[in-house]
Amino acid sequence: MIKALPIHIQQVVKTYGRIHALDHVDLEIKSGEFLTLLGPSGSGKTTLLMVLAGFTRPDSGSVRFGDREVIRTPPHKRDVGMVFQNYALFPHMTVAGNIGFPLRLRGVQKDDIHQRVEHALSTVQLDGLGDRRIDQLSGGQKQRVALARAIVFEPRILLMDEPLSALDKKLRDHMQIELRRLHEKLGITTVYVTHDQREALTMSDRVAVINHGRLIQCDSPRTIYDYPASPFVANFIGESTLIPVKRSNGNVVLDGQVLKVSGAVPDGRCSLMLRPERLTILPDRRNPDYNVFPGVVEEVVFQGESFVAYAVLESGTHVSMRGISQRETVASLPSRGKAVLLGLHWEETVLIPEANEDAPG
Amino acid sequence: MNWLSRPVSDIQITHGSRLWLYIVSGLIMMFLVVPTLIVIPMSFSDSQYLEFPPRVWSVRWYDNYFGSPEWMTATWVSVRAALLTVVVTTPVATLAAYGLSVSNLKASRWIFILLITPMMVPVILIAIGIFFAYAKLNLNNSMFGLVLAHSVLALPMCLIVISAGLKSYDMNQELVARSLGASRVKAFLVITLPQIRFSVISGALLAFVVSFDEVIVALFITGGEISTITRSMFLALRDQIDPTIASISTVLIMVTTLALVLTQVFGQSDSP
Repeated sequence: MIKALPIHIQQVVKTYGRIHALDHVDLEIKSGEFLTLLGPSGSGKTTLLMVLAGFTRPDSGSVRFGDREVIRTPPHKRDVGMVFQNYALFPHMTVAGNIGFPLRLRGVQKDDIHQRVEHALSTVQLDGLGDRRIDQLSGGQKQRVALARAIVFEPRILLMDEPLSALDKKLRDHMQIELRRLHEKLGITTVYVTHDQREALTMSDRVAVINHGRLIQCDSPRTIYDYPASPFVANFIGESTLIPVKRSNGNVVLDGQVLKVSGAVPDGRCSLMLRPERLTILPDRRNPDYNVFPGVVEEVVFQGESFVAYAVLESGTHVSMRGISQRETVASLPSRGKAVLLGLHWEETVLIPEANEDAPG
Repeated sequence: MNWLSRPVSDIQITHGSRLWLYIVSGLIMMFLVVPTLIVIPMSFSDSQYLEFPPRVWSVRWYDNYFGSPEWMTATWVSVRAALLTVVVTTPVATLAAYGLSVSNLKASRWIFILLITPMMVPVILIAIGIFFAYAKLNLNNSMFGLVLAHSVLALPMCLIVISAGLKSYDMNQELVARSLGASRVKAFLVITLPQIRFSVISGALLAFVVSFDEVIVALFITGGEISTITRSMFLALRDQIDPTIASISTVLIMVTTLALVLTQVFGQSDSP
């Protein structure tokens, strides 16, 4: 078991010309945690990872691994394992040569290297492939070699930059679960960068959403998904339609209807978040647990495992509703032009504050 | 099926319709190569004068060349200058190519163009410039000055070849190596250099050829003891037409061709 280290990131700023790649980022990563940096391309997530690896020197701020300030430590003295998007295996060395590389640099004895390489190979399920050349490996195998090379010297922190993006979808899904399992086994503090929100939700203990160099929200996948802190997070993770709501006498009102709301009502202006899969078609208005939105079906689209109904509400807002393709739901599908009652359970009725942090800064 | 009516590749053009192209290309290649190769039979002539074709065959002019202390001295000067040029140019070009490849400076494009200007400026201008500069620096007629001047001329080719090699190299490998515990210098030496070594060797061979073949700069800045073989040949041609020149040319052609063939062989094996 590798002894893991927490990472403390405080007020890290990095600018390129007038662009804020990182804008006063504060982030506490717990010891042994799997944390994902999620954001669109150009959001600063990779810059933050490079700051942790030591390849990018921030303008100001502090990065500590445990108690050790590392901002001035060069990459090769940080003891951080790193996996790149394109694997970056050394083609002039064998698989065992690649994995043994960090051990040779550390002056480990030859027999010891052999033993630890074998162990790393079996950890990533590549037993017996040590003598292979790199160009003889498949994409998935290369990925595993890169991983083995990054963990063989028992670093206390593992950084991964979109390591699965070059794999096809099936293999990627498989590797997500495998990486997750490996993380549980090693207990190593892991920082993972991706732009794929599903991947982030699948693998992480916590997800840190970054946009325009700012940390917008850092929470567990469930919290991020159910209670996004801003319209950006609501739109970036999952699908959602945001409808501005009014206030009257301490109540939240939409189209003249008082909403039953879960969680706290934020101050200031806010919007109702409608996620397609949270809406259901109700037979009538009798169930008091639901907020009901009457509308007219515009289109129903079959998408294989699910179907999507597009509807327009009385206020003119377009919303979509997703249901799984199951015999009963398919039988109750509305047809185009039909009036429907869309229901949203009060526990899933969430208000999003209209923050201004989405504006480019 | 007749060769002439067979398609060239996957396209509908036959060898027959391409025939004119083959002939033109063949003529161009002959025109490029024959004047160079014609000295080879001339060098084996027994005559006092340069003649083609030779009436009597002999190797006496080779004996004359290898037996002459002056020619041997000049050859030795050329070989030394070429080897030293390789020693100076190759590391400089490698470092320059590496620096330009990892730099994200906007100016790096201009630096590259600046470094390859010796290839674009007429050599005679460079020669005149170097001559006057060396006159001030007291570097004319010195091996050091000659090597320095040849390095300037050899740098562009060397830089271009090594830069091309780095283009197909994935610099992330060096980042990985550094994160795994290698210092930057070590990462370059252990990971990057072995993978671009064939480009570096090609660059070195080209630098050798550039220096070994050079005559204009040598005419301006060297003389006496430090006369290169090409310079001596040029002067000999002016004074007397002697088949020794043809035998020396043949040797030079062999050396240069060998270097270029090696360049091709090494240049190709770098691509992954």
